[in-house]
Amino acid sequence: MSSKILKEAGRVMTICNACRYCEGFCAVFPAMELRRTFTEGDLKYLANLCHNCRDCYYACQYAPPHDFDLNFPKAMAELRTETYRDFAWPKSLAKLFDRNGRTVLFTTLLSIFVVFLLTYIGKGGEAITGVHTGPKSFYQVIPYAAMLVPFTLLGLLVLVGFMRGIQNFWKETAAVVGREKVLDVKGNIQAIKDVMQLKYLEGGGHGCNYPDDEFSTIRRTMHHGVFYGFLLCLASTTIAAVYDHLYHLPAPYPFFSLPVMLGTVGGIMIVAGCCGMLWLKDEMDKRPANPNQFGMDISFVVLLLLTSASGLFLLVLRDSALMGTFLILHLGLVLAFFLSMPFGKFVHGIYRYIALVRHAQEQAASQEEH
Amino acid sequence: MSRQATEQADLSKRYDIIVIGGGNAALCAAMTAQEAGRSVLVVEVSPEDFRGGNSRHTRNLRYMHSEGNEFLTGPYSEEEFYQDLLRVTAGKTNEKLARFTIQQSNNVGDWMAEHGCMFQPAMRGTLHLARTNAFFLGGGRALMNAYYRTAKKIGVAISYETEVQDLLIEDGVFKEVIATRDGQTHRIQASAVVVASGGFQANLDWLKEEWGEAADNFIVRGSPYDRGEVLRVLLAKGVNQIGDPRQCHAVAIDARAPKYDGGIVTRLDCVSFGIVVNREARRFYDEGEDFWPKRYAIWGRLVAKQPDQIAYSIIDSKSIDLFMPSVFPPIEAYSIAELAEKLELDPKSLEETIAGFNAATREGSFDPAELDDCVTEGLEPKKSHWARPVDSPPYYGYPLRPGITFTYLGVEVNEKAQVIMSGNKAAQNIFAAGEIMSGNILGQGYMAGFGMTIGTVFGRVAGREAANHVI
Repeated sequence: MSSKILKEAGRVMTICNACRYCEGFCAVFPAMELRRTFTEGDLKYLANLCHNCRDCYYACQYAPPHDFDLNFPKAMAELRTETYRDFAWPKSLAKLFDRNGRTVLFTTLLSIFVVFLLTYIGKGGEAITGVHTGPKSFYQVIPYAAMLVPFTLLGLLVLVGFMRGIQNFWKETAAVVGREKVLDVKGNIQAIKDVMQLKYLEGGGHGCNYPDDEFSTIRRTMHHGVFYGFLLCLASTTIAAVYDHLYHLPAPYPFFSLPVMLGTVGGIMIVAGCCGMLWLKDEMDKRPANPNQFGMDISFVVLLLLTSASGLFLLVLRDSALMGTFLILHLGLVLAFFLSMPFGKFVHGIYRYIALVRHAQEQAASQEEH
Repeated sequence: MSRQATEQADLSKRYDIIVIGGGNAALCAAMTAQEAGRSVLVVEVSPEDFRGGNSRHTRNLRYMHSEGNEFLTGPYSEEEFYQDLLRVTAGKTNEKLARFTIQQSNNVGDWMAEHGCMFQPAMRGTLHLARTNAFFLGGGRALMNAYYRTAKKIGVAISYETEVQDLLIEDGVFKEVIATRDGQTHRIQASAVVVASGGFQANLDWLKEEWGEAADNFIVRGSPYDRGEVLRVLLAKGVNQIGDPRQCHAVAIDARAPKYDGGIVTRLDCVSFGIVVNREARRFYDEGEDFWPKRYAIWGRLVAKQPDQIAYSIIDSKSIDLFMPSVFPPIEAYSIAELAEKLELDPKSLEETIAGFNAATREGSFDPAELDDCVTEGLEPKKSHWARPVDSPPYYGYPLRPGITFTYLGVEVNEKAQVIMSGNKAAQNIFAAGEIMSGNILGQGYMAGFGMTIGTVFGRVAGREAANHVI
């Protein structure tokens, strides 16, 4: 952890805690007000509680070019990206967060190539370019076991990685208060509500300051598109797995089936949401942004966008000779997405959720005291 | 603000109304006049990033309302409002204008919301104002952003970094504004002018005229652009002066604050929990006379009268968590002598002062939320409340300097916001709003959020009357 970034976060937070004009915007400021001084753990927790809505930046009487040069969203974003590396598991791979854009790009290309190579070796070129229809047509290109085993193993590894990450986060940020529990029921229920509504992208009820100082809910809408689209795709995959394993109904499914409908709607939502997020990234005021984070942000959004888009293409083209190519592409992208989950922007959701769990408990305890 | 630098207003054009200043009162006047169908030019001296004068440092506005709402916890009547004003000004107000201001403020929050202001309920540290004052979500700068956005949308022309040099006034009638931008002088004609350019608290030369060399050690809490140049022009052109030029709202703030624009974070709320000594390490006033929110405004003057305009608040570890955290860390030491050295005071004198103070304290039941019974006996000056011995290391010291918030000197106005010329004749097309005329109503003292009340009410009145004048 670069002490310069921590120091700056501490300096910024000290000014904010003496001002408190922004306390109506989000969760960070009420959480800050429970403290007089800030440990490293406090700062890392607050940085992850920050949803980067930027309302405070434009409201700030100390924002640059003021002498105090107080750039709250930037200071938080810089620290936040540092904490992703800090909390990552396994530690030896944490450096993948450096130059993350390139890492994700390389992972993506490699994943697609590996899926292609294995398919080619296993099934030959004709299986890829041929037309396959009827039940199990996907498996004629890539066999069932070749899909199931690697993705299940990888999924489990990713879950372990997230859990270790959560442990690291919880341990490091519990320095002062320490009475909260990661599995606290009320805290988790509140945090789930906050996530489902994206409450802290509302900026006190009026929205974020994207792309500039005008309040707008566009970022929240776009993020909701991606988030709920992702959940729909997850539901689609889960239902398909149930169909396949429990009812022995293998893919592909007809268009008006639950997995395809959910996946299609989810996929379109992700594509639309990602396009919106990318547009905002380009359009937004760059001053409150962390310039070293663009690679990580863009690569994540683009990978998610391509994964969904390739899935939608696969649906459209599944009865044609292009099915094999798009299946390889789609599975390659899904593989890349899985691989980069613990070492890319995806972790923002994990740590922000856990920060919200701590926040809910802290606030409840402080309400009781008063 | 926005991603691209804003386009500057055309200064070669003629406007119906020119508003001088760029804070709350100016924007309220500009929006009101523009909505009445007039063309309006706002002339703001600061760059866009620092627009809004002292309004960018504000946080709330006090207004009359007959019932509570989402943001206000209960009613605030005209009479209660007026009595509060009488109390803080010790009667130094103009009843007619004061009552007019209060009446005109009735439910003004609705108008503000229609013009982009977003409110929030009072939280934690500000609950004592939750009934009377409406808080801006994000504070005064967020309010200014909203007003500028609205003003731009409805067509108000805005010229930043534009300094007014003079006004052409013939026989009491305003003709044109002479202003410079980018080194070029412009003569801008209009049918009426609204002067809402604030006080002169950031003009150290002017302050020196009133306070002498002591002013060198004053810190200006707000905008460095409030230099009172247009106020001086008006006074020189025969507009009646109001308010004592020596009066200013000054509080004791952290001496390590920047010379200008340090704003809210430089305040210190620790005075009543310890003792305050001057450069000679001697106490000079009752630190526990009353609750700090009722006393902080006299401490600026108290410190200003001490040698070198400096003082030191000293507390011990018993009190360090009892007040709002401040931006500069306290100077910390494990003995009084060590603290004295760090504060560059004479250790012997400080030890004597503290020993004398500690000996004068009596057992009592300390309670920061009450005017408690911890009082000194046989000590001059005495400490009336919260007097506990300073004896538990570590000891903490905060250096204090007078921090000026605003000045009271201004121009006389009537209920139409017209300035009054010598001979007590109202100028027909010269209007004033905001801090430049708040001395009409606030002869001395201050109450939270009332400057914004005056600015909003008189800004709107000035905008309306100026628009009426242009036919």
